Amino acid sequence: MDYQNLFTQTQIAGPKNHGVPINEYDQRERTTGIGFNYLLGKLGNAQLGPVYLGRLGVASLAFGMAAFMIIGFNMLAQVGWNPIQMVRQLFWLSLDAPSPKYGLRLAPLSDGGWWNIAGLFCTISILLWWFRTYRRAKALGMGTHVSWAFAAAIWLFLVLGLFRPIWMGSWSEGVPFGIFSHLDWTAALSIRYGNLFYNPFHMLSIFFLYGSVLLFGMHGATILAVGRYGGEREIEQIVDRGTASERAALFWRWTMGFNATMESIHRWAWWFAVLTPISGGIGILLTGTVVDNWYLWAMHHGMVPSYPSTGVVDPSLSTPAFMPPVEGVK
Amino acid sequence: MKNKLSLMTLLVGLALLVTGCERPSFQKGQNGFRGTGMVNIQNPRINADKEKVNQVPPSTGLAPAEGDKASKVYKNVQVLGNLSQAQFTTFMVSMASWVAPNEGCVYCHNPANFAEDSKYTKIVARRMIQMTQHINSDYKAHVKETGVTCYTCHRGNNIPQNVWFKDVPQNISGPALGNRNGQNAPAESVGYASLPYEPFSKYLLASNPARIQGNNGLPNGNVHSLQETEGVYGIMMHFSKALGVNCTYCHNSRAFSNWSQSTPQRSQAWYGIQMVKDVNNTYMTPLTKTFPEHRLGGTGDVAKANCLTCHQGVNKPLYGKSMLGDFPYLATTPAAISPKKENDMVKVAAK
Repeated sequence: MDYQNLFTQTQIAGPKNHGVPINEYDQRERTTGIGFNYLLGKLGNAQLGPVYLGRLGVASLAFGMAAFMIIGFNMLAQVGWNPIQMVRQLFWLSLDAPSPKYGLRLAPLSDGGWWNIAGLFCTISILLWWFRTYRRAKALGMGTHVSWAFAAAIWLFLVLGLFRPIWMGSWSEGVPFGIFSHLDWTAALSIRYGNLFYNPFHMLSIFFLYGSVLLFGMHGATILAVGRYGGEREIEQIVDRGTASERAALFWRWTMGFNATMESIHRWAWWFAVLTPISGGIGILLTGTVVDNWYLWAMHHGMVPSYPSTGVVDPSLSTPAFMPPVEGVK
Repeated sequence: MKNKLSLMTLLVGLALLVTGCERPSFQKGQNGFRGTGMVNIQNPRINADKEKVNQVPPSTGLAPAEGDKASKVYKNVQVLGNLSQAQFTTFMVSMASWVAPNEGCVYCHNPANFAEDSKYTKIVARRMIQMTQHINSDYKAHVKETGVTCYTCHRGNNIPQNVWFKDVPQNISGPALGNRNGQNAPAESVGYASLPYEPFSKYLLASNPARIQGNNGLPNGNVHSLQETEGVYGIMMHFSKALGVNCTYCHNSRAFSNWSQSTPQRSQAWYGIQMVKDVNNTYMTPLTKTFPEHRLGGTGDVAKANCLTCHQGVNKPLYGKSMLGDFPYLATTPAAISPKKENDMVKVAAK
């Protein structure tokens, strides 16, 4: 039963761990307060802190809060500064990109200008946070794998809000800041550009996304399953495999003939995760810029079968559409 | 004890998660090629509620067409003068029961002088009769032989329950914050999506094809924007809600714009769009000044029709039952057009 539980079964109570000393400066930037929390320990390590904020962290949080405030106050103004309505309508509220008529110019604040400013601040905040992850990894003498994985996600973010709108020549192609609105935007993007499911890079992105989930599930299950033999000491087991690794490996050879190693499983998982936003970003970048209708493009290249015609013909070919008299045309 | 508590919490949590869902089971009907997901899904419990508003009133029976013409018997009969007196009175009584069941004849007529045109409701009613005849004779591609009567929209209400007005433009002051952009509100009109909640002005009043997908794989001059796409998406949500159907009732969703993969209903809907534009422009908008102020919308515009006005949640209004059997004169435009209407036509043509 212990191994089937979501929550951590073992909490080790020890002295506060301030981490490895690095240098005077970094030591100074670390918070000194360290707390322990039982509930946190159910999910991860019970120790909270020390936090390293640093100049990059402060700047990133400042820009992030500015973007958050711009979006939040726009939403609050949309409901007449009524906090209760803000909560009730939160999922619908949105800060939208400018109208197409403004192209790449800065729109008036009320007509999308705030979207550009919030987007700029949000982008600066994210890029500063990326530098922070890179610098902290270096400071600890680690590899920079986390930073590059984060960079893959930032690539998709920048494609959606910066690279593709610029290539399309209009900020209006950008994603709105809102819960439902960004979901509706996603559906609208697919409809406008002829069904994104026919975009091969979208297919790849889904493959890597579901692949990540599968690998994560297989790996987590394997390690939990051999936990009773010390299977969680994965890094040592790369070179000193031990009975846990041997049993896990044999299990996968029995069931699928092939198995990952304690090293390779982490490389697979990292690449699957990173390739999800990289391939997705390529797919989005090509949408509208290089391909206008993915369905027609895919049919042209014989990607999927066609179905028998229903025989329905566009009625506007034989009947003129109703045109309103002069008044309605305004 | 602790385990029981966790189990209870889990069960309550799971129950809360599904409170927004519709209870199974559903009725499913295939309406396209196998394997394409062309399936129409209906919830019998929701449909049961729709049945209440979609019942046809009892038949009055067919009144005899013989006898003196209404135009001879009554004064100031401009539209239905070619009816027999029996037909005319039957229709007038039916009309009162469809549109003003509580007020009766006096909703439109001055009881001291029925021929008088003093009430605005009478002017509107006359024009609506002409509209009904126009729809039944010139939009057979949409209403088929079933046709429409006053009851199709009114259902016993002075004003049909489902009409629309133009959106009142948002007044933004101060630090230029809070532009809703005509969308991002929980609006029933677009099925509670964050899509533009008044897509009617653009597609059911002005004439704009709701077509945004290009006909080429590669970019070739198709400049429709994502914002325009959201407008099309919004009006399509209205169609779906008004008719109580999925997207796949008309479209194969893998290629929304492709006609040869669409169902015949999509073609019928296209004629419906033309019909509603005609109704709103030719009949409703010119009546704007006839209506008193309290009947107008926030921008001083007249009440207008959309799909829901007639359909009221079902794919065929009143489940496709025709009421024209009792009122055959509503199915055709009379040969003798009243002088007033002729003048209108000339004016439009002159423009």
